[in-house]
Amino acid sequence: MTATVEPEVGKARLRKEDARLITGRTRWTDNLTVPGLLHLAFLRSPVAHARITAIDVEAARRKPGVIAVFTGRDLAEAQGSLPCAWPVTADQKAPPAPSLAVDQVNFAGEAVAVVVARGKAQAHDALEAIDVDYEDLPVVLDLAAAVADGADLVHPDLGTNKSAHWVFDSAEAGTGSDVEQAIAEAEVLVERTYRQQRLIPAFMEPRSVLVDPTGEQTTVWSATQIPHILRLMLALTTGTPEHKLRVIAPDVGGGFGGKLQVTPEEVVALVVATRLGKPVKWTESRSESLLSAHHGRDQLQKLTLAARRDGTVTGLKVELLADMGAYLRLVTPGVPILGAFMFNAIYKFPAYRFECTNVFTTKTPTDAYRGAGRPEATCAIERLMDELAAELGRDPIELREQNWIKHDEFPFTTVCGLEYDTGNYEAATAKAKEMFGYDQLRAEQRERRERGDTVQLGIGTSTFTEMCGLAPSRVLGSLSYGAGGWEHAAVRMLPSGKVEVVTGSSAHGQGHETAWSQIVADQLGVPFEDIEVLHGDTQSSPRGLDTYGSRSLTVGAMAVLKAGEKVIRKARRIAAHMMECAEDDLEFTAGKFTVKGTERATAITDVALAVFAAHDLPDGVEPSLDSEATFDPDNFSFPHGTHLCAVDVDTETGFVKIRKYVCVDDVGVVVNPIIVEGQVHGGLAQGLAQALYEEAVHDESGTLTTGTLADYLIPSAVDLPHFDTDRTETPATSNQLGVKGVGEAGTIASTPAVVNAVVDAVRHFGVNDIQMPCTPMRVWTAINGGPTDAGGLGTEAGGGLGSIDTSGGAA
Amino acid sequence: MRITVTVDGTTYTDDVEPRQLLVHHLRETIGKTGTVVGCDTSNCGSCTVHLDGQSVKSCSVLAVQADGAEITTVEGLARDGALHPVQQAFHDNHALQCGFCTPGMIMQSIDLLADNPDPDEQAVRHGLEGNLCRCTGYQNIVRAVQDAADRLKPGSTQAQPVGSES
Ligand code: FES
Ligand code: FES
Repeated sequence: MTATVEPEVGKARLRKEDARLITGRTRWTDNLTVPGLLHLAFLRSPVAHARITAIDVEAARRKPGVIAVFTGRDLAEAQGSLPCAWPVTADQKAPPAPSLAVDQVNFAGEAVAVVVARGKAQAHDALEAIDVDYEDLPVVLDLAAAVADGADLVHPDLGTNKSAHWVFDSAEAGTGSDVEQAIAEAEVLVERTYRQQRLIPAFMEPRSVLVDPTGEQTTVWSATQIPHILRLMLALTTGTPEHKLRVIAPDVGGGFGGKLQVTPEEVVALVVATRLGKPVKWTESRSESLLSAHHGRDQLQKLTLAARRDGTVTGLKVELLADMGAYLRLVTPGVPILGAFMFNAIYKFPAYRFECTNVFTTKTPTDAYRGAGRPEATCAIERLMDELAAELGRDPIELREQNWIKHDEFPFTTVCGLEYDTGNYEAATAKAKEMFGYDQLRAEQRERRERGDTVQLGIGTSTFTEMCGLAPSRVLGSLSYGAGGWEHAAVRMLPSGKVEVVTGSSAHGQGHETAWSQIVADQLGVPFEDIEVLHGDTQSSPRGLDTYGSRSLTVGAMAVLKAGEKVIRKARRIAAHMMECAEDDLEFTAGKFTVKGTERATAITDVALAVFAAHDLPDGVEPSLDSEATFDPDNFSFPHGTHLCAVDVDTETGFVKIRKYVCVDDVGVVVNPIIVEGQVHGGLAQGLAQALYEEAVHDESGTLTTGTLADYLIPSAVDLPHFDTDRTETPATSNQLGVKGVGEAGTIASTPAVVNAVVDAVRHFGVNDIQMPCTPMRVWTAINGGPTDAGGLGTEAGGGLGSIDTSGGAA
Repeated sequence: MRITVTVDGTTYTDDVEPRQLLVHHLRETIGKTGTVVGCDTSNCGSCTVHLDGQSVKSCSVLAVQADGAEITTVEGLARDGALHPVQQAFHDNHALQCGFCTPGMIMQSIDLLADNPDPDEQAVRHGLEGNLCRCTGYQNIVRAVQDAADRLKPGSTQAQPVGSES
């Protein structure tokens, strides 16, 4: 067997995963079937807020093929309450969260009954025969109105719509000075209110779950990002013994936080399958997905930035209202809190205060969506920096540089108490400016402005950082998160020299099978092809905390590396015995133990075979090289980058066209550059979509009007530009690999770059904000002197691509 | 109703409900689960197959309408164990992440290239407008289609992939 020579890490390896995906040999949950499979269909509330006064399911029970029909009352005890793992404050208020509503519905789309039938179509047909009487309650849709005195209440039993109030104050924490004093003494104040609109994760594979209770263990296949968390939570929620549950995430078609959830449908499928003793499957339609799968973002941000006339920032105050929707799902309350540490971004604010009120409304619950809390924060601060630059008549990049942490100031402890390990904002920005042609574009902008061109050029900047590698268990604990953030891995040497890598990370498009193989190939000196990565099944990868928060490489792959180190340590002892030398005399490179200064060598694969035979091992040594490790880092990682966007804005139509998009990201050491580039592209697409196209809109009765892909505008290939991407590489010091994570970077950075560009294009019309998404209608209205800020123009379904559907939103 | 369809070279005769969509017939009756369903409004293109040589969204065709037709799915593209050049180009250009949109994207790309063997970037983007991808931002898909166009040109040697090896 030949050892690998050229390092695998850093190589543009094509993905192992692709072979099955490009030929259709896939294992999506909905592809799977088992003998005697029954199908579920859910009846969902058409109204946003009502008491259920009666449900009649008798006619549905008699429909062809129907095996059973259950209401919330039928399952009330067994279904328990859906879990929320993140009580952000000790006095957080939370209503019970039944999977099937029992006596009240709190958002349109909430499930109220489930039909079990032999065929999927039969199950759906029977839904029509269910009769529900609703007694309307007042809807609660507007965040600001929801927290006003005397507001209608979503959950009257709680006595308030406020779930929690969470505060960080740098003066109180001793990490900075008093923001009120900074504001009082400010020479310049920038005060804005921004709306982070509600988005829908909209992964392409609809959610699906299949539960087979006929084995000794009940097996749950689910289109989930979190098989391990799901297993524990299903056990705790339904009382099923944890060891009697096996959860498998087979091929999973994207998640973006949207499949970081314990869903009502998963719980109901388990409860119903257990009750009937029969396997059941549910696969959602796209409309069901948009309506009832959790949404993301949705904040009202009141911001005050204090500065001196010379451009030095002196304080930042953030007051948020964050929309929880009708219930607290798995990590709902913690999402805005993740942003608490990011509003100060890369800048040296001496004083900072963040307060967030989590608010219930009668809308679909919100939860994690790519970036979760950090895009909201980054968008706000990057918009504010442009506003400060405009106020002072300064170049926005130069103003940022005046305030950001210089490369020789790392490690740097921020005003929130986070320690940024490394970074080089100067390098990334210089490279981005050059690729962009920043000075030329500014010159062109001046020329076109003077000429009064009807199409105006705008330039937007975003110099972002993020905290990712969501892990340090102690930090998560200090934020009251209900679990740790470690990750687990195992490395198994097979007798034939092949290697199995077991990981608790659960990929759904990220390419872990390829990247983990590259890392292990280098470490053990075995060929890339000889490594198999096992994941996504609680039977083969028994421990894990799954994939979200750009944590897989920084935490999950680090666990793999640690397990590999143990394998080598065990093998070294046996190799020394085989070659009759001392362990210290051996060096291990390229898969071989060599006696220093000699030609004598033994491959680790030969050691694996010797261990398998176990005929001649040192005394007290167990016949196995297999090792496992659990890794918990000390700190987050902090990728950063500079994104520059140029837009052409047609001042007569309000239409925005992205002309150029350049980004230079620093994600630390890169394991596989093509996977990294792909992650950046996909992240950019979602961030741009927030800036220009996407918004979940509810009408005045609380009905989602963007309930199909014709109304909720996921951009197509035509709607997105070509991206010019590049990297600088400042290795992280918080992990041995030097990696920082890349899953969320593009999304976090790009939204404010685009909005800044749009506002920059039309600022000379007196515009200082345009609410997202910057649809032609909103841009045109801003130019023509209409309302532009968060209190401005009503939302419009389908506006982003020039649609004329203006059926207004109430929110 | 009884219909006969030829899918990826094999002929199947089955009784179907008149309301059965072609995509469900392919997935549930014939077992061609390589073709997937991503929406219920014919917007996403995940279900794209070739029906008598033309790409169609198989969620917008009734199974009975396909009676007597010849259908190719992503599972029927490889010949003698060799990938179709478009499949190969998707792999070589990292044009997929989760891969859910990929069968539809590949089928639509083949159709696009049949109509326009040498598309520029904008032509590819327009040709794929009816196929949504949430993972890739489309850039590598566009690159893959143009790469495939080069490979499909008569007499061309295979274009160099960006990755080091497959
Ligand atoms: S499934 Fe979406 S277009 Fe056919
Ligand atoms: S690769 Fe995931 S949707 Fe396209």
